[in-house]
Amino acid sequence: MSDRLPGFSTLAVHAGAQPDPTTGARATPIYQTTSFVFNDADHAASLFGLQAFGNIYTRIGNPTNAVLEERVAALEGGTAALAVASGHAAQVVVLQQLLQPGDEFIAARKLYGGSINQFTHAFKSFGWNVVWADSDDIASFERAITPRTKAIFIESIANPGGSITDIEAISTVARKAGVPLIVDNTLASPYLIRPIDHGADIVVHSLTKFLGGHGNSLGGIIVDAGTFDWSTGGKYPMLSEPRPEYHGIRLQETFGNFAFAIACRVLGLRDLGPALSPFNAFMILTGIETLPLRMQRHCDNAKAVAEFLAGHPAVASVSYAGLASDKYHQLARKYAPKGAGAVFTFSLKGGYDAGVSLVSKLQLFSHLANVGDTRSLVIHPASTTHSQLDDAAKIKSGAGPDVVRLSIGIEDKEDLIADLEQALGA
Amino acid sequence: MNHDAYPDNYIRAILNSVKSIAMVGASPVNVRPSYFAFKYLSQRGYDMIPINPGHVGKELLGKPFVASLSDIGHPIDMIDIFRNSSHIMPVVEEALTLDPLPKVIWMQLGARDDAAAAKAESVGIKVVMNRCPKIEYGRLSSEISWMGVNSRTLSSKRPPAPTQGMRLSLNRMSVGGGDTAASDRAAKNKSEQT
Repeated sequence: MSDRLPGFSTLAVHAGAQPDPTTGARATPIYQTTSFVFNDADHAASLFGLQAFGNIYTRIGNPTNAVLEERVAALEGGTAALAVASGHAAQVVVLQQLLQPGDEFIAARKLYGGSINQFTHAFKSFGWNVVWADSDDIASFERAITPRTKAIFIESIANPGGSITDIEAISTVARKAGVPLIVDNTLASPYLIRPIDHGADIVVHSLTKFLGGHGNSLGGIIVDAGTFDWSTGGKYPMLSEPRPEYHGIRLQETFGNFAFAIACRVLGLRDLGPALSPFNAFMILTGIETLPLRMQRHCDNAKAVAEFLAGHPAVASVSYAGLASDKYHQLARKYAPKGAGAVFTFSLKGGYDAGVSLVSKLQLFSHLANVGDTRSLVIHPASTTHSQLDDAAKIKSGAGPDVVRLSIGIEDKEDLIADLEQALGA
Repeated sequence: MNHDAYPDNYIRAILNSVKSIAMVGASPVNVRPSYFAFKYLSQRGYDMIPINPGHVGKELLGKPFVASLSDIGHPIDMIDIFRNSSHIMPVVEEALTLDPLPKVIWMQLGARDDAAAAKAESVGIKVVMNRCPKIEYGRLSSEISWMGVNSRTLSSKRPPAPTQGMRLSLNRMSVGGGDTAASDRAAKNKSEQT
């Protein structure tokens, strides 16, 4: 009952989970059910009216998913979280609470290619207009602010190049503009970077990557930092105004510093529907228990592989913030002192053809479109994840034609280096 | 008391010890936060007294509305004030005329009046501001975890199977105390600006 703060690894194992009251089961049970029986009509009405804590229907909430939500909220230092079907779903649900048709949000140009597509094309059809800025030029975010700006979106460690974003500098811009800062923390995981400690108001993840960590389950999550005041100026009516869906409840007034997470659940998830399967939640929860162990190994292996590549004659350049010579090394030391992540790119002197040849010769690295697996992965972004961008946009987002992206796994680093050596050498 | 961040043990001791709660500004409208909190705290076994001069003669969940604190006519442990910050002082002044004094004065989410708090604390009354007792009870018992909220508590104990209307144990291990560091900082910055 003391107020002593447990460490990260203790939270990774325990937060959100306690023995099941009915059976005593110690592992979190998979509550594979669509719906939950009400005690009586009054209980049902209380739950539907958001007056009582409890479960209704798995599209709105599920006990297995709730353990995952509390665990990630605790690891990120947030007030609450909402798990959804994928990282992409998390982004839709977050922006639905913030933007009305005709509004704008500013996003860093260096982003996961899938996010660039989602923001550019899908969100345009909702009337949500993305304005791009450059993380290496903080003033470009300030210049992009207009009266219709409702949010700023960045990645803590940017995909695919592994560059580190100056979260604090951009959070200062967001605070001055009176808009929330959303940070996609997928590539760092809270083990390496906790964006809320640096001024983020909302954190999103693809749980599919390092948090789940085993390449077996899709998932996404939204973490509410509890730091943003949604009530001022009527800018965020989903949170500040009476909601007709719930008989006139004002979410910020009712739920205080976790109102954003509640809005995502009761207005976003309920009405848009991208619910996470409880089975996936269970798999991801199991993965999170070993996050600190895995993440350190991922980072240590990545540094060894990056150093090997930097010294190889066939390699033109390596973009990994863990290397002392890297442009982002100082930012990495500030934001991610335990390691600069395990996803990075390098370019080959032999260009596009050399990249294709390397990928085909690798024996341990798997050629596929994912990152953050126990297994080491390789991909050629220009022909896959970033293929829908034009050439100039490919280069700007760090996915030029000569670039190969690696996601380093937790195998023995000597074996990974040997595999790269044979594929580069022949 | 530092009113920017409360240790869990402070809140826990209050919720574990008070039995009767007079709610000033209790609303019979079932979408108002005061109604939610009144109903929840009643279900968790607190003796709730609704105070609202506009509804005298009516009942809230079986409890008759009372016009003012001085009209209750028996000792109460805690006063929970569902009014804006600007309406806190007169309620606290009235509370200080009660004999015996209440043990706790609690101001709801969004409500804070440091001068009124100092006045109450000077006569030994514990004060909580800008918090909701329903949320704190749900958090310390971890019942609020159903909604994905970070309870900031841990437990390896098997809890009793829940039944309707039972009191829940609030005696779990606290993770951080009070609120998250980031949300505490944000609340402090806001209160310093105003």
